[in-house]
Amino acid sequence: MPPDIEAIAEQVFIALADPSRRGILAALASGGPATATDLAGRLPITRQAIAKHLALLAEAGLVTAEPGERRRVRYRLRSAPMQVAQQFLAALARDWDGRLDALKDHLGR
Amino acid sequence: MGFPDRIERTVEIAHPPAKVWAALTTAEGLGTWFGHQATIDLRPGGSAQLTWKSGDKADMRIERIEEPTVFGFTWHIYGLPDDDPRRTYVEFILEPAGAGTRLTVVESGFAQLPEDAYRKAYDGNTEGWASELGELVEYLNAA
Repeated sequence: MPPDIEAIAEQVFIALADPSRRGILAALASGGPATATDLAGRLPITRQAIAKHLALLAEAGLVTAEPGERRRVRYRLRSAPMQVAQQFLAALARDWDGRLDALKDHLGR
Repeated sequence: MGFPDRIERTVEIAHPPAKVWAALTTAEGLGTWFGHQATIDLRPGGSAQLTWKSGDKADMRIERIEEPTVFGFTWHIYGLPDDDPRRTYVEFILEPAGAGTRLTVVESGFAQLPEDAYRKAYDGNTEGWASELGELVEYLNAA
C-alpha cells in the first residue's frame, strides 16, 4: 500500500480524536463554510482554541481557507481525506466472521 | 501499523460443496444468511442485489463462476459515495474436505485509490455542495 494513503488516514484519525475538532467538523458539515468567529458563537470553545484547531485541520487537508465577506477567512470542509479514511474503516467493518457464522447457521452447522 | 488491503477467512462447513455452492449463488440462499432478500442473475457480468430490512442494499457484479469451486464478485466499498468507482473483489473458494467443505473467502482492494483521488485528498480543489447548488441555481435561471 502506498504510504501516502496511510498518512492521509492517520491525519484524519488524529483530527477526529479530539472532541473540539469533531465539533468544528460537524458544524462545518451541517452548516456549511464558516469563519472562526461564527464557529466560536456556535460551539462551547474559545475563539483562540478554534483558530488553533482550524490550523491543524487545514494542515491535515480537512478544511480549506477561503476569502469570505468583509475580508474574513471562511473555512470549508474538504471531504476527500475522509473518503480515504473511510476505505480503511470499511475493511474493518466488513465482518466476514459474522457472515460466515450466519452461513453455517443457515446450512445447519 | 497498517491497514488491511485484503481480508481472508477460512471455515470448515459440515456440508458438501454443492450445498454450500447453492447457499452462495442462489437468491434463496443469499437472501437467508447474507441479506434479508436477494436477487441474482448468475452469469459472468450478471448482477446480484442484497437488501436488508434496515433499508441498506448491496449491488454486486458477478465476475467468476466455476461451479462448484469458485464464485467471485465485486461490490461497492461501504461508506464511500454511491458514485465512487472503487470496488472490492470478493472470492469464495470451495474445496472438498472429507464429507464437508473448506470455504475460503478473500476480499481485496480496500487500499486501492485511483490516481486522481490522491491529488484530491492532498490538495484538490473542493467542489462539493456549494458549487453543485450554484450549478443548480444557474440551471434554473437558464430555464
